[in-house]
Amino acid sequence: MEIKKILCFCGSGLGTSFVMEMNVKKALANLGIDGVEVDHSTIDDVMTGAADLFICGSDLLPNAEKAGKAIGLDNMVSMEEIQAKLKAVFEV
Amino acid sequence: MRSILNFIQQVLSTPAIFVGLIALLGLVLQKKDVQTVVKGTIKTILGFIVLSAGASVIQGSIIPFGDLFQLAFGVQGVVPNNEAITSFGLNQFAVQTASIFALGMCANIVLARFSKWKYIFLTGHHALYMSCLVAIILSIAGLDGWQLIVGGALLLGFVMAMFPAIMQPTVRAVTGDDSLALGHFGSCCYWLSGQLGKMCGKKEGTRTTEDVNFPKGLSFLRDNTISIAIAMFICYIIVSGVANFTDGANAAEIFEGNNWVLYSLINAITFSAGIYIVLAGVRMLIAEIVPAFKGISEKLVPNAKPALDCPILFPYAPNAVLIGFFCSFVGGIIGLFVLALLGQAGISVAIILPGAVVHFFCGATAGVCGNARGGLKGCIIGAFVHGIVVTFLSAALLPVLGSLGFANTTFSDADFTIVGIVFGNFAKFMSGTGLFTVTAILFVLPIIYNYTLGRKRGKE
Repeated sequence: MEIKKILCFCGSGLGTSFVMEMNVKKALANLGIDGVEVDHSTIDDVMTGAADLFICGSDLLPNAEKAGKAIGLDNMVSMEEIQAKLKAVFEV
Repeated sequence: MRSILNFIQQVLSTPAIFVGLIALLGLVLQKKDVQTVVKGTIKTILGFIVLSAGASVIQGSIIPFGDLFQLAFGVQGVVPNNEAITSFGLNQFAVQTASIFALGMCANIVLARFSKWKYIFLTGHHALYMSCLVAIILSIAGLDGWQLIVGGALLLGFVMAMFPAIMQPTVRAVTGDDSLALGHFGSCCYWLSGQLGKMCGKKEGTRTTEDVNFPKGLSFLRDNTISIAIAMFICYIIVSGVANFTDGANAAEIFEGNNWVLYSLINAITFSAGIYIVLAGVRMLIAEIVPAFKGISEKLVPNAKPALDCPILFPYAPNAVLIGFFCSFVGGIIGLFVLALLGQAGISVAIILPGAVVHFFCGATAGVCGNARGGLKGCIIGAFVHGIVVTFLSAALLPVLGSLGFANTTFSDADFTIVGIVFGNFAKFMSGTGLFTVTAILFVLPIIYNYTLGRKRGKE
C-alpha cells in the first residue's frame, strides 16, 4: 500500500506531535521522498483510515497499531531514528 | 486620516485579528509564498475564534457545577484546568496576552543569545497560558499599557529560559542525552520529584517502574478527552448526589427539572467537549507561530536547545507514566481532604478537586523524573508529593487572581501557580512601576551573570 498521508500524534496534539511533524517532514526531504502529506493531531483522531501511516512516541504505539501501520519513536527529536524507521517503512 | 487611525486601533484591539497579524509577521519574516501566508494567517484567526467558542461550552458546564458544590458543601469548588482558565482569562485579557506572548518569545531569544540559559521554549500552548497568567497577575497589580506588555514579556522570556535550565540535569538523567530540554510549566514539581528520587537512591539492582508488569488495558487513559470526562463525571455525580439529597428543592432548580444522574453525565461530557474545542483552537492558533519562532530562533541562536513538551520524556519509562498518574491523582485526593479539613477548622479555602490533565501529564512527568533518580520508590513518592503540592499551590493562587479567582477553575501546573503566587503577592508590597522594575532586573540578571561571573569561572 502506497503511503500518501502520515499522521503524527501525541496525547494533547499540541507540542510533541507538532515537533514530530516538523522532523518527519525534514526526514522525508532528506530521504528524497515527496508527495506525502504530513499532519499532526491528538490521540482522539487516530482511527483506521485517518492516515496511511501513524507516528507517535513508542509509549503510545499500542494505540496506533489498532488503526493501521505505525512507527513508535523512542527519541522524538532524533533525526537518525526517524529517518531510519521511515526508510524501513517506505522500502517495503 | 482619523478614520484610518480608528481602523488600525480597532484591528489591534480585536484579539483574533491581532494574533493573526503576529502569524502574518512570522510567515513574512520566513519569506513564505503568498498562499502559505494567507492560509496561515486565516487559520490563526480561526483558531482564536474556535478557542473562544470552546470557552462558552466549558462555562456552560462548570458554572452549574460551582453552584451545586456551593449548595452541597457550602464552599467554593474548583476544577483546575489550564485550558479552561486561559479561555476565560482571554475574555478580558486577549490583547495583552497576545502581545506578551509575541514579545515574550523575542525576550526568550534574547536571553538564549546573551545568557548561559540557551533554551528555546517551543511548547507553544504553555507559553500562551503563561502569557495569560502573567497578563492577569500584572494587570491586577496595577500595570497597564506598555508597562504591562513589556514587563510581562520580560517575565515570560525569563521563565521560558529559566525553567528548562533548572530541569536540564533531571532531563539528562531520564534521557541519557543532553540534546533535549524540557519546556513544560510544571518544572518546579518535576525537579522536586527528581530530588525526592535522589533521596531514595538508585543502584544497580533497584527496581524501576519498567520492571513492573503493568496491565496494558489501562492505556485508554492516555486519551485525554476520555480521562477528563470520567474524572469530571465522578466529581459531578458526587456533588450532584449530595446536593440532591441535602437540598433537593434548590438542587432541582439547578438541574432544570432533569434527573441528577443524567444531568451530571451530560455536563461532565460537555466539560470534556469544551476542553476538546479549546485545544483544537489552540492547536490552530500556534500552528503557524511555533514554527516561525523555531525558525527564527535557529538562525539567531544556533546552539540553543529546543525545550519541548513533557511527552518527550514518556517513551523512556512508559510504566512510570501511568504509575505517576495514579500516585499523583491519589495525592490530589489526599490534598482535597486536607483542604476540606482546613475548611472545617475555620480557615477559608476553596476546595481544589483533582484535575485529570494535571495529574496525567504533570503527575506522569513527575513519575518519570522520580523513577530516573530513584526507581519505583522514587516514582511513587515523587508523583504522590506532586499531587499534593499542586493541589495546595492551586488553592493558594486563587486569592491573587481577582475576579477570575471565582471562575470555578484555575491554573493547575506548578510553575503557573508558583509564578502567580510569587508575583501576585509581590504586588501587594509594591506599586505597579516597582513590579515592572523587578521584572526588568530579573531579566537582565542572567545576561549580566554570563558576561561577568560566568566568564571568570570559565577562565579558571
